[in-house]
Amino acid sequence: MDDLLSEFLTETNENLSVLDVELVRLEQNPNNPELLSNIFRLVHTIKGTCGFLGLPRLEHVAHAAENVLGKFRDGELAVSPGAVSSILESLDVIKGILAALEQTEAEPAGDDSALIARLNAIAEGKDVAAPGKAPAPPAVAAEPEPAPAPAVAEAKTPAPVVKAPPPPAVAEVAQTKELVVQEAAPEPPAPIAPPPPVHAAAPMGGDADLNKESAVAAQTIRVNVDLLENLMTMVSELVLTRNQLLQILRSQKESEFAAPLQRLNHVTSELQEGVMKTRMQPIGNAWAKLPRLIRDLSHELGKKIDLQMLGADTELDRQVLELIKDPLTHMVRNSADHGLETPVERLRAGKPETGRVTLNAYHEGGHIIIEISDDGRGLNIERIRQKAIQNGLATEAELAQMSDQQIAQYIMRPGFSTAQQVTSVSGRGVGMDVVKTNIEKIGGTIEMKSQTGRGSSFIIKIPLTLAIVSALIVECAAERFAIPQISVIELVRAASDSEHTIEHINGTPVLRLRNRLLPLVSLQKLLRLGDAQEQSETFIVVTQVGTYTFGIIVDRVFDTEEIVVKPVAPILRHIEMFSGNTILGDGSVIMILDPNGIASASGEMMVSETAQSRETAVAQTTNRDDRMALLLFRAGGEAPKAVPLSLVARLEDIDLATVEISNGQPVVQYRGKLMPLVPIDAGWELRREGRQPVLVFADGDRSMGLIVDEIVDIVEDRMSVELAHERPGLMGSAIIAGKATEVIDAGFFLTQAYKDWFGSAKIEGFDEERQNRVLLVDDSPFFRNLLTPLLSVAGYSVTTVESPEIALELREQGEMFDVIVSDIEMPGMSGFEFAQAVRRDPRWQDVPLVALSSHASQRDLDRGRQAGFTDYVAKFDRDALLSALSQTLVEAKGAAA
Amino acid sequence: MSTNLPATTKARTDVAIATGNDDFVTMTIADQLFGIPVLQVQDVLGNQKITRIPLAPPEVAGSLNLRGRIVTAIDVRLRLGLPARDRDKPVMSIVVDHRGELYSLMVDSVGEVLSLSSDKYERNPATMDPRWRDLSNGIYRLDETLLVVLEVSKLLNFANLEAA
Repeated sequence: MDDLLSEFLTETNENLSVLDVELVRLEQNPNNPELLSNIFRLVHTIKGTCGFLGLPRLEHVAHAAENVLGKFRDGELAVSPGAVSSILESLDVIKGILAALEQTEAEPAGDDSALIARLNAIAEGKDVAAPGKAPAPPAVAAEPEPAPAPAVAEAKTPAPVVKAPPPPAVAEVAQTKELVVQEAAPEPPAPIAPPPPVHAAAPMGGDADLNKESAVAAQTIRVNVDLLENLMTMVSELVLTRNQLLQILRSQKESEFAAPLQRLNHVTSELQEGVMKTRMQPIGNAWAKLPRLIRDLSHELGKKIDLQMLGADTELDRQVLELIKDPLTHMVRNSADHGLETPVERLRAGKPETGRVTLNAYHEGGHIIIEISDDGRGLNIERIRQKAIQNGLATEAELAQMSDQQIAQYIMRPGFSTAQQVTSVSGRGVGMDVVKTNIEKIGGTIEMKSQTGRGSSFIIKIPLTLAIVSALIVECAAERFAIPQISVIELVRAASDSEHTIEHINGTPVLRLRNRLLPLVSLQKLLRLGDAQEQSETFIVVTQVGTYTFGIIVDRVFDTEEIVVKPVAPILRHIEMFSGNTILGDGSVIMILDPNGIASASGEMMVSETAQSRETAVAQTTNRDDRMALLLFRAGGEAPKAVPLSLVARLEDIDLATVEISNGQPVVQYRGKLMPLVPIDAGWELRREGRQPVLVFADGDRSMGLIVDEIVDIVEDRMSVELAHERPGLMGSAIIAGKATEVIDAGFFLTQAYKDWFGSAKIEGFDEERQNRVLLVDDSPFFRNLLTPLLSVAGYSVTTVESPEIALELREQGEMFDVIVSDIEMPGMSGFEFAQAVRRDPRWQDVPLVALSSHASQRDLDRGRQAGFTDYVAKFDRDALLSALSQTLVEAKGAAA
Repeated sequence: MSTNLPATTKARTDVAIATGNDDFVTMTIADQLFGIPVLQVQDVLGNQKITRIPLAPPEVAGSLNLRGRIVTAIDVRLRLGLPARDRDKPVMSIVVDHRGELYSLMVDSVGEVLSLSSDKYERNPATMDPRWRDLSNGIYRLDETLLVVLEVSKLLNFANLEAA
């Protein structure tokens, strides 16, 4: 491309982005003569250069715009939104022509006569309300209401090319990996000059207005971005070489190189810093388009929007800047379109008429934080929920278990737009997912907070620069790899002798980490690094990609190192596992692993798995809530046994020498009372010495000790009794912690100790005449079995049914109960529906209803109350259940009395 | 992109028009003499420490550090469909620049630079192994042996290989 032309394009693009901002300011501030003359000068420069380069179409448009501006400046015309709209539109046309110029080096064909005619008409004062008033009255001009309708409406039609950023520049930035040596077209915002008008040294020179600022202009020079990139690469090399030299120096005791190397060290550090600075640009450059965008939006949507930009001078690497520009624009647009309400709605909600969108950027520990917040209506959780169900992203049951924050995360999913109508502004279904991907691509994260009625905010965290990252060096099959530190959460050592061991599910490795199962990926398998050798210990790099956390199995972990990321050779780009390569301090080349690539490689496997086992997954979701704490122990026989921990009062270790025999039964003095001891294994023989673990069950002032051989563990697991047992004392068998485990029936042993155990509660007596009748509705046989003894012990007469439908049949049969305890998650009719059904019919209308659920958050509570539940209890909280029952009964009786 | 276009076009015209002499760096692989236009050669290396690249095509031996630049090593033997070299045999490499990236071509040994006159040039015989024919630009008749001219851009064109 012709040098002169490319110079012109760069400069004009810069001028145009300044103009966008300035014009909006002018509209709000029509009487600022300096602003006006600045705008006039910029447009004049564009026009002048066009004429100079022989670009007639551009020249005519610019000329017409300049005419209007000239009238503004001379005070012959008042600044009006209509006129400003027309000028902005002419800028769009200019941008369109420029974009075409950049591609074809020739002006595209096109007809701007309509626009020019309108501009001329405005210049002649035809389209303006008060043409006569010479010094523009601020009251009229500052009115930000949409301009006379025709001007705006027409404005849409004659400008088919509105896309502003020149495509080549964008394309080049998109391929960040290819920045090495390209003779690229100059990119629009030159890195050095700050956006305000500095480049006054236009080819035409001369004008008196211009000289004022030329002194500032002399302070900066325009440098090709490629040159800077090269410089950066060279400095990176220098840094690496310096590191190598320092490493050598460290191994030598006395060296005459020590002093000069020290100096080299300092100089290199400073040089690196300096070069990094040249790449830094204020984030305000990425925001330059936003005031214009917001202005157009407010006109189009009929909203009043105030855009606040804080920390615009926060600097970050230009490469990063280019990459976040579009996501930012998108999010601001979203905030203004979806987030903010119309003035009427705002007034109704008691908020100021003008909505506010705030952008805030600041540094925080090696990262840049950008917050985009609005004071609008917040995310509509209900609509997101509906949409998620509609799109099949989640089932209603799953959503019911999620917090609002979790539900809100769905807007980051592909193809998710909650806008009820697709406006021209946003809501086309390409949205936050793209934003999220783009931000994650540069190693950033995005967080979201939303308060209904108060607004929402998005917090983006991105690294300062992409060039140098901190990376963890790991080894696998004798090969070293680097993992970017930002995605590493923690390191776990897994060995047979440590508390963490890798377990396998059908060959898939997993790790238990703080009560969660962490999926693992073997780097060795993933990278096909030959056969696995037996390792006595391995390390697990816990990695997070978005919300997906997984562990990467490696053989060894070294320390972290600052590395310069270099793109891999083009012939290797198709390998998704690597984001680049680098040279370490010792001079060796090392590949940088891409956590995103690894996640998607392992994620794909997961997708296919889910597809296969969807049915099991559904079954699991219903049962997933049945997780409970279980005490595992051994007693007679090899198979481990289990009892729900909530039933056990204490674990004791009894000295067998203290055991006495009373009434043919072993007893022990325990807390000043006699406690009968019951062996699980009938063949158990009392020894006279040693110690014996005992599970103590207590109720009121009675307690009973269940003799076991060994207490193994306490686990939290899903428990579904799979095999029922004929043997008394055993409820059945279940798989717990991966092993077939016998679940004991605590109730059986209690009656062994005291024949009247279940009757005993009468003594505590809620009601001496009759026991309170409880109807227990739960689909899980295990829970029915578990709760029946529990409630019986507490003195209730318990009737259990396995589904709400059967419970309602009992109602038809005329049964009456004092209280109904119901599960929430049940196949068929849910607990909520059951509650509604109970409340609808007069017969059971006044029976208190207690909900049992594994979720007892405030929201569940509210939902339960709405459905008609009297109380809401967490499933495994036996004390809470008992107190809720007695409380409910007391209240119900009080009400009846 | 445009930076290297001249280089490749020039190489091609050198062979095609072939007036006067062309200079080639010679090398041997499995006793066969090969040549690469001298202007494309950046460096000749002895044995180097090479980092393996998992999941890469088998012809890619790995990457190495050449004065702070990362160079991708290509095993020309495997590229030509020849059996892999014995582990204990020495390796030499010729570093070439291709579209701004450096590649190190691993060969058995590197010889001298020959200036060859165009009247000794011949097109690839039609009966030559198609794989070799794809990678070669022609043959020079030397006194005692034949020299196969390798075309670097084709040698590094893995995309085609995968497509085929």
